[in-house]
Amino acid sequence: MTQAELRLCSLLLQEHFGEIVEKVGNSLLRTGPRPLRLLVGDTGLLPDQVKKALCVLIQHNLVRYEVQPRGSVEYEARSERILRILRYPRYIYTAKTLYGDPGELLVEELLLHGHLSMSCAVAKVADRLTETMEDGKTMDYSEVSSTFVRLADTHFIQRCPMVPESPQSAKAPPPPAPALAIAEKDMYIVPRLNLVGKGKRRHSCDEEEEGEHKAKRQKQEGGTSETPPDDGIYWQVNLERFHQHFRDQALVSAVASRMDQTSSEVVRTMLRMSEVTTASGASHTQPLSSNEIFRSLPAGYNIGKQVLDQYLALLADDPLEFVGKSGDSGGGTYTVSILWGGTWPYRAPPSPVQHPSLIPLLLHRFGSRCARIFRLLLRKKHLEQKQVEDFAMIPAKEAKDMLYRMLSENLVSLQEIPKTPDHAPSRTFYLYTVNVMAAARMLLHRCYKSVANLMERRQHEMRENKRLLEKSQRVEAILASMQATGAEAAQLHEVEEMITGPERQQLETLKRNVNKIDASENQVDETIFVLESFIESTMKKP
Amino acid sequence: GRGRGRGRGQMTFNVEAVGIGKGDALPPPTLQPSPLFPALERRAAPLPGGEEGEYMLALKQELRRAMRGLPYFVKPGAPRRDIERYSDKYQLSSPVDSAIDWNPDWRRLPRELKIRVRRLRKGRTAPLVPKQHVALDKEETIKKLESLEKKEEEVTSEEEEEKEEEEEGKEEEEEEYDEEEHEEETDYVLSYFDNGESFGPDSDDNGDEAVY
Repeated sequence: MTQAELRLCSLLLQEHFGEIVEKVGNSLLRTGPRPLRLLVGDTGLLPDQVKKALCVLIQHNLVRYEVQPRGSVEYEARSERILRILRYPRYIYTAKTLYGDPGELLVEELLLHGHLSMSCAVAKVADRLTETMEDGKTMDYSEVSSTFVRLADTHFIQRCPMVPESPQSAKAPPPPAPALAIAEKDMYIVPRLNLVGKGKRRHSCDEEEEGEHKAKRQKQEGGTSETPPDDGIYWQVNLERFHQHFRDQALVSAVASRMDQTSSEVVRTMLRMSEVTTASGASHTQPLSSNEIFRSLPAGYNIGKQVLDQYLALLADDPLEFVGKSGDSGGGTYTVSILWGGTWPYRAPPSPVQHPSLIPLLLHRFGSRCARIFRLLLRKKHLEQKQVEDFAMIPAKEAKDMLYRMLSENLVSLQEIPKTPDHAPSRTFYLYTVNVMAAARMLLHRCYKSVANLMERRQHEMRENKRLLEKSQRVEAILASMQATGAEAAQLHEVEEMITGPERQQLETLKRNVNKIDASENQVDETIFVLESFIESTMKKP
Repeated sequence: GRGRGRGRGQMTFNVEAVGIGKGDALPPPTLQPSPLFPALERRAAPLPGGEEGEYMLALKQELRRAMRGLPYFVKPGAPRRDIERYSDKYQLSSPVDSAIDWNPDWRRLPRELKIRVRRLRKGRTAPLVPKQHVALDKEETIKKLESLEKKEEEVTSEEEEEKEEEEEGKEEEEEEYDEEEHEEETDYVLSYFDNGESFGPDSDDNGDEAVY
């Protein structure tokens, strides 16, 4: 793990789980898997605190445990999973766009709690939705349940590995830790539950009545809710599936920008059809016949069968090879290539696909001309100094300067090709080239560093203005209670005046800055996703 | 020799190939680490705004706020006071090291991690499985009186209570928490208790002196 990753993980843990959990996580990340007593010694925390922290981390799938042959249990931090915390808003937003409010809240609750049973999740979400509804209305469990089932069917949520049903032998002592496991086929099976009920409001207008009713209701339910029917079956969010969705989205938008809306719709349809049949690491979707595609096109698109065939042919012929033709049965079968830059750089050289055009965007920092040089080098692989100047149409002095700067940043490297066996410098070719993996890794490292810097800055801003923030919170609390007890406008105004003009401005500035920083963090995370996906998929290639 | 003295500044490769011509001024040597905040040559591209960006921003901040309130945010236990004070019994519950504030499924965790689950605050919503009907009625009445009593408390503590009630599961407790029983016995509304410690560490000693 790089220092940048470690630092970022540390900050994420501290911000979302507190310092104790951060210390424990840190120790595991830096020194590797260890058993409990070593952790206690290392962190200097109390044993109970460490145990609590480990429970939290395991609950949220950030740490896993393994029973060692000697009988001790070792804990290991999952750094890549910790980094995903940055992406939680994106997952929740995606769920909202796909499945509406119930979907959004279900994914949010699952992320907040790590894993939950279905009955628990549905109850919580129903309660939350009821809160937002008008007085007197409640959200029925059935609607939330059906959204849950849909999420499971499309693999956005999955079952957690289960505790084994062990036949209890009286002689053998129980293992120090359960060995959790689940079969692939069971992962998305929703238990048959008869969840009946409606969401409950926390506050209701008539509080006294509520107190009594609550006591009575609890008594009735007290008997039946001892063990919920889906006890032991927990669900978690399937992050890989969300990532697949993001990739699909990116692919569709790439097609749309290169060709037109309709072709992007065709690709989108193909991807949707293969959502659940494509394994997460696959490079292509399953072949789909054009008849099937035609049938599955969304209702709004009234294009004829021949037009569809033409589109498919166009897509298949495109040098970027988004779509490949894999056969002729059923009117021609097609696959979508979902590797980043599917055919680059090992096969016949097409021009760089979407992701490498991302890198020139990042080079915006250096200027658009640098980006031009970079794109050129990607395309042509190896170029001499002179050739770069010529092809890029940039004056020699500038070109040298830019190349040299990119070289110092390791975005570009020099390749020596000797003419004579003694490697004499005057008789050697020096070619500039781009090593994409190295460049991608370097940029990714930079991204991690950026986010960590952003977070630190944000925390710094909050700390600097802590006194002011507390004051404004107090004033708001006073205002709220005064309004509740029906104070006059003059009194309210007086209380508002407690925050002076300059202070108000300071608060405004603070809010603006924090918002900007937060938005930037989200933005950098998008880049992180693209780079990580690229690196992962390129490494998987045979 | 190695080019020291004569022909200084020569390098092993052909300098011209990299683009530094003869007689070109090389940049000055770097004598210190690069500055912490190097000058920005180009401003960064503006952040993408729009509904999606705004919503995700709000989500992010909301998530951060929410997670601080959950029991997964582990806070260190309150440090032990020098002397045990009478008011300690009636203080609002502060974090405790030796108890965990939520109820994990212990079957899924290694046994060595198990610690006492703390039952948070008053107003237990699930009455215990009654041994006799009489006992239940009494408990119910007490609970009703309790709940009516609680209404008189301040808004903030009530919110805290209800938040914690939500977090509690309805599952059976393994151990009773003593704090509960003490709190149920009192006739006094707890928020009225002010032990005057907020005025400074030696407030007891300086009570007679004039305040300037």
